[in-house]
Amino acid sequence: MVFALLISALVALALLSDILAPRVSEQWARHRARRRIVSEPMLDPGRERRAEQTARELLRSCVGEEDWAMYRELGFIRVWGSQSNVRSGGVEYAYLIYPHRPIIAYAPQTGRLIGEYCVEFPDDTRPYGSSRLPDSDDVLAKWMALTGDERRLLATANMHMPGRQVDASQVARDLWRLSRWEQARMREIAATLDATSGQPGS
Amino acid sequence: MKPGHGEVLIAEGDVELPQDERRLVAEFRRQLDAGLWAAVPLEHTDGRREAMMVRSFTDIPREAERVIFFPRAAGG
Repeated sequence: MVFALLISALVALALLSDILAPRVSEQWARHRARRRIVSEPMLDPGRERRAEQTARELLRSCVGEEDWAMYRELGFIRVWGSQSNVRSGGVEYAYLIYPHRPIIAYAPQTGRLIGEYCVEFPDDTRPYGSSRLPDSDDVLAKWMALTGDERRLLATANMHMPGRQVDASQVARDLWRLSRWEQARMREIAATLDATSGQPGS
Repeated sequence: MKPGHGEVLIAEGDVELPQDERRLVAEFRRQLDAGLWAAVPLEHTDGRREAMMVRSFTDIPREAERVIFFPRAAGG
């Protein structure tokens, strides 16, 4: 009788093991996880914000007041292409630099989009678990690489047709906003000059 | 420039002092050996701003106030 009960219990245990084993394993893993020392950096919600604030100060100190105002008010910086057109005497192309988006090349005379240069500045050491620079650092890295060695940066980047990652209509709107912003800025400068020279504004 | 941190001061010193210069050269090499790019922000007399990419310590203008290191570009 006892032997029969023992056999029945063993069979029942074997049948239940399929159900119980994963749960026991999961509970054990949770128990171990609670006791394990976590070596990951502690999550600090303010870190990214502070990093961005620091990056904005650095960007401002490098690009100058006009480009800084452009970035602050429009969200991008325009950089003129280094190769000018001898016949027209003007600049053939320019770039729009957005944070963590491709660099947009366009023709300033017509507003025609030329292409997207997809480029990143990943930090493979991944401090704080991320390889991504703060937004303003990403803009500054693009600005320095473009103004310092345009060819080298473009050779590194992947070039795509306009509209692949950045909506072409949005770029067109940004170019329109840029022209309005520049007109307003010119009016402000003219008004300031008039005021300092004592002449009434027109 | 560092993710999660922004600007980090790596080293500072006066290049006119030999001891400082040796330390700055060593740090400059260490950063480039780590794969970073280096640039010197410039302001011209007409107010125009641009950066100068530097690959050796001797490329850095003596009057430069700072050198900025940032991760090298990669196709996105």
